Amino acid sequence: MASYLRFENVTRRFGSFTAVNNVTLDIEHGETFSLLGPSGCGKTTLLRMAAGFDKPDEGRVLLDGKDITPLPPEQRPVNTVFQSYALFPHLSIRDNIAFGPKIAKWAPEKISRGVDEMLELVDLKAHADKKPSQLSGGQKQRVALARALVNKPKVLLLDEPLAALDLKLRQRLLVELDAIHDEVGITFIYVTHDQGEAMSISDRIAVMNKGVIEQVGPPVQIYEAPRTSFVAAFIGDTNFLDGKIIDCIDSRFSRCEVKGFGSIVIDNDKPVSKGDRVHLSLRPEKLIVSREQPTTKETDNAIAGKVEDVIYYGSHTRYWVRCGDWKLCAEMQHRQYQLDETPPKWGDQVWLKWHANDGFLLEQYREEDEGMLTLPDAV
Amino acid sequence: MNKERKAEILSTLPSLGWLVMFVLIPVITIFAIAFRPALPAGGIGEGWSLDALKALGDPSYPALFARTIIISGLTTLACLAAGLPAAYAMARLTPAWRSRMLLLVIVPFWTNFVIRVFAWQQILHAEGYVAKFLRSLHIIGENDRLLGNTFAVVLVSFYTYLPFAILPLFAAAEKFDFGLLDAARDLGAKAGKAFFAVFVPGIKQGIITAFLVVFIPNLGSYVVPDMVGGTGTQMIGNKIAQRNFTDRNLPEAAALSGALALLVLAPMFIRRREKTAATA
Repeated sequence: MASYLRFENVTRRFGSFTAVNNVTLDIEHGETFSLLGPSGCGKTTLLRMAAGFDKPDEGRVLLDGKDITPLPPEQRPVNTVFQSYALFPHLSIRDNIAFGPKIAKWAPEKISRGVDEMLELVDLKAHADKKPSQLSGGQKQRVALARALVNKPKVLLLDEPLAALDLKLRQRLLVELDAIHDEVGITFIYVTHDQGEAMSISDRIAVMNKGVIEQVGPPVQIYEAPRTSFVAAFIGDTNFLDGKIIDCIDSRFSRCEVKGFGSIVIDNDKPVSKGDRVHLSLRPEKLIVSREQPTTKETDNAIAGKVEDVIYYGSHTRYWVRCGDWKLCAEMQHRQYQLDETPPKWGDQVWLKWHANDGFLLEQYREEDEGMLTLPDAV
Repeated sequence: MNKERKAEILSTLPSLGWLVMFVLIPVITIFAIAFRPALPAGGIGEGWSLDALKALGDPSYPALFARTIIISGLTTLACLAAGLPAAYAMARLTPAWRSRMLLLVIVPFWTNFVIRVFAWQQILHAEGYVAKFLRSLHIIGENDRLLGNTFAVVLVSFYTYLPFAILPLFAAAEKFDFGLLDAARDLGAKAGKAFFAVFVPGIKQGIITAFLVVFIPNLGSYVVPDMVGGTGTQMIGNKIAQRNFTDRNLPEAAALSGALALLVLAPMFIRRREKTAATA
């Protein structure tokens, strides 16, 4: 993997607070890379260090093999789309977009050609002579994008670019942004606290927490194979189970004793040996809820429980099922209109079934991360 | 006439009355006196006369007006040049420090204006420390004076009006989105370029206000050139005072005042037109 933008052992402190703690990160050429995490996790600080607004206390930032750490923002071949858009209110849309090229002293014909291209790209030709205050939020966002892209930056930095917009518009702009990325082929670094945005737009995601990167990988890997309890709980929702390995069945599967629950079969996502204490993340949509005891193979798990909470979400329903000492969250999609099956109700006895592969063994578990689950008292 | 409109008129009446009493009537009176004959003993004569208007053709007046505009212009430029960075710096402070700095800007007003100009007389005096120091460094010669010249008038006017410039500039800068400077830097502008291309246009209204509150009162300046200036720094204000107190020729004083008022109104009209152009 060729590294295009590289953070090398980067640390940034504000007083006694360490915003970014010894982060090393490689971003590839042409990819859309997301920095995802809750507020205060250091993602914006990392972005500001790429833009040059902030300097690391330790470590370096390299772009295309060149150390850009000492360069001020104006000398870096990167551009930023700001969360607040930061459009110049006294300039027209056209002049906003032409700001960078004018400073770079492009020839006038080249400037007007470049600006026209960008207006075309973000579909704002009709608004070229308006002032920013005359545009809607979504249009301002597109101007900010055009104003950055016209400079043909090596890397485009997007700082929560959609945070100020409403949900529907956000989803539409996300699709547009993805299309624009495909068209210009520039490396995008996308900072967000919204896991949905990150999952849908990114080639790879770095999940950050408290100044460190918890996991880097493609969205599927982040979701299906979370390395830590933080990643599992921050991205989507999950159930945490902990138990002790009582039998290593073969190289793929082990049997695990969960207190107040009986034993379950788990996939050896990491090497385990008898007696190990393990933590398992089990996504709600992997659990199959049924009234009758399901048929199981030896790699399946099925446990009985009682429905304690039901929340209807339209496309799916969530059940919180009491199983011994545990309360598990299960999710059922409504695929079709099922005539002769009534869905489980509050107080019903049900079975939960899942395959050993559906759970994932965490490398690192912290109890505090349970606080991020939808129902913190679920366990 | 509907109720709302009635209420509107009623609520504007007091300020309208104030303006008529203390602005309109005095201005009209001054313009009227300019068309009266002067009595040799000093009073205003009966009937009408164009003598005072004709006296405006005095060959020394064009130079006087030009000097007035130049001194006021230099003072305004100096106030803006110092006020802009000051307002910028203050707006970037934490709110607690902002109010402390604001207090420091206002503190000089607690001392009487004339006393402060007297203080400048001492500071700039030929035997004062400043003059001695500059002479010892050979920055000024043995016979150069710091007082009694255009430099002294502009310096003291600058000192007097700087707070009036800083306040509107600061008020505008406080509302300025400093994220725009980051955006300008990000797009390749050096810090200085970002300041002039984004910050200065961003606080344009404050700059216009600062210009008006410094330039216009300066045109009528009279105490400062009288106290720290010399024969070569006479401004219109001094001439009006001279016609009034020494020559006892009130119509000529009124004619000069009227001419000055028209001069003052010119930038106001420019501003009005800009405003209507902006809203159009």
